[in-house]
Amino acid sequence: MKIKEVRFVSGNEACALGAIAAGCNFFGGYPISPSSEIAEFLSELLPRHNGRFIQMEDEIAAMGSIIGAALAGAKALTATSGPGFSLKQENLGFACMAEVPCVIVNVMRGGPSTGAPTSPAQADILQSRWGTHGDHPIIVIAPTTIQEIFYEVIRAVNLSERFRNPVIYLLDEINGHMREKIEIPEPGEIELWHRPKPPQDKGWDKPYERNEEGVPLTPDYGCGSRFHVTGLDHGVTGFPSGSAEVRQALHHALMAKIENNKDKIIKYDTFEADDAETLIIAFGSTARSARRAVELLRKDGKKVGLFRPITLYPMAEEAILKAAEGKKKIVVPEMNLGQYVLEIRRVLGRDIPIAQVNRTDGEPITPDQIMAAV
Amino acid sequence: MAKNFDYAKYLRTQYIPHIWCPGCGHGIVLKAVLRAVDRLGLDKDKIAFVSGIGCSSRAVGYVDFNTLHTTHGRALAFATGIKIARPDMHVIVASGDGDALAIGGNHFIHACRRNIDITLVVFNNYIYGMTGGQYSPTTPEGSYASTSPYGSVEPPFDVCNLAIAAGATYVARGTAFNTVQLDKLVEKGIQNNGFSVVEAFSQCPTYYGRKNKQRTPVDGLKWQKEVVVPAAKAKDMNPEELKGKILVGELHQAQRPEYTHLYNTVIERAQSADAE
Repeated sequence: MKIKEVRFVSGNEACALGAIAAGCNFFGGYPISPSSEIAEFLSELLPRHNGRFIQMEDEIAAMGSIIGAALAGAKALTATSGPGFSLKQENLGFACMAEVPCVIVNVMRGGPSTGAPTSPAQADILQSRWGTHGDHPIIVIAPTTIQEIFYEVIRAVNLSERFRNPVIYLLDEINGHMREKIEIPEPGEIELWHRPKPPQDKGWDKPYERNEEGVPLTPDYGCGSRFHVTGLDHGVTGFPSGSAEVRQALHHALMAKIENNKDKIIKYDTFEADDAETLIIAFGSTARSARRAVELLRKDGKKVGLFRPITLYPMAEEAILKAAEGKKKIVVPEMNLGQYVLEIRRVLGRDIPIAQVNRTDGEPITPDQIMAAV
Repeated sequence: MAKNFDYAKYLRTQYIPHIWCPGCGHGIVLKAVLRAVDRLGLDKDKIAFVSGIGCSSRAVGYVDFNTLHTTHGRALAFATGIKIARPDMHVIVASGDGDALAIGGNHFIHACRRNIDITLVVFNNYIYGMTGGQYSPTTPEGSYASTSPYGSVEPPFDVCNLAIAAGATYVARGTAFNTVQLDKLVEKGIQNNGFSVVEAFSQCPTYYGRKNKQRTPVDGLKWQKEVVVPAAKAKDMNPEELKGKILVGELHQAQRPEYTHLYNTVIERAQSADAE
């Protein structure tokens, strides 16, 4: 891969740079710690790349603005943190229901409520999956390193376009503010996805007819096909329907779109996992401490490995089952009081002991804490 | 009003009959919007018609434009995204009194302040119709509603004064009773290159009317006729004569740079800095 430049940047800046590399051309946001730098960087970068930035009047408006822009053809992104993420949930559900491609970055901070605005947490995992009302499809990605933040936000934008679904991009205060060296590739080196095109530009009246991947062939506003978008249950025409059959088909199609394509969405990484007797499952910045713990324990001859989900949802259930096979113990560290571990327990059942390492005091989980749990 | 106006040209007739109650004023207001669009000769492909939630918000589904039925109160936020992504499109928003001024009040004042080129038509029936007749921010003080069974003690918003104070550059009030005037107001609102607010009184015989001695649609329209005074005429009237009256017509026009045009200058500045 041809590298354009090497930069020393924070995770929030890497996220903004990645959004530009992904072809993102609209950002609607609202200031909130510890995500504000993403808005600040994009307010500078977007107009230089013919994109547009707006600081909306509140978090709800920010979410609404990216949906409107996306329906009019833009690749749209917003960034927020805990309380703002809570406020965005209703419109996030609209984007799931109306199948609007968009990316919501949540630089996680302590909660509940105002919590600890400038301290790290990973406490929005289940809200990311189930925050808005009703059954709905979602993609959640949690990168670890600053370089990975750059590449994975591009993947987030690509997935949102390819599957016309909101993607939640979870950073935390640690990797949002931490600085590392990143390599930025030449623009042509990165594969970019665009939403599937309807078979005709003009007069297309089935905006919710699906392609072979189950993704609707929705035109962009203003292209010559006039169509209707609503948060009500609707059929392939986009118009509300009271038919039990149409409604049930819609809800199944929404979930199937992600479930049937999960192999194209799921991404994970392993480190010293094959011969390990104890497997740590960690994501986001906690995976950094987990990796260090593995390195230190391996030096002492202890057989420990790491499984790092990068896509949190859809969940890498089969890969986790396979990675846990034959292991004597699983350790799940996370900066909350036990959220993703509920999912791990659901997948692995009761046959294998699962230890938790949790912390919500605003301090990162240390390698020592993880080593003690191993 | 054009006698032989071909509404079918603009309607998705396959979705009619509409869901509005018999005697509702919303269809009258919607027709004024269609006639204004027709008089301006706008390209249907270039119109985005956006709404929130409530009775008014169902208007968009019946019309053959690019239509978006959003969440409660948020139509202006979605519309702002559309306008910024496609500044060449005409963006019209249909919103009710509760939608625009209660749950959506924040978006209302900030869209006015920004002066983004969007035309907001407030279908003001002084009540929450869709949910069963609860009082809204425009329910006249003393009126009865399903949540003010002893009469409302809250003072209402003056939609137009709020819009003027917040910075909208075209502000007008009309009624379902006087459609000739309403057509013109909507037309001029769309023509204004900035944020326009056109408030349209719309009778609700089912809820507001039934509880407030305007039981029939005619009662509601008569009230509109009797309560209003044209703004031009009001200039020559004394406070005694104006007591209890509501001004209609063009209430405010101002020249101020439009938001998406101003943002173009941001792009120019950002790129000229890069070029240096």
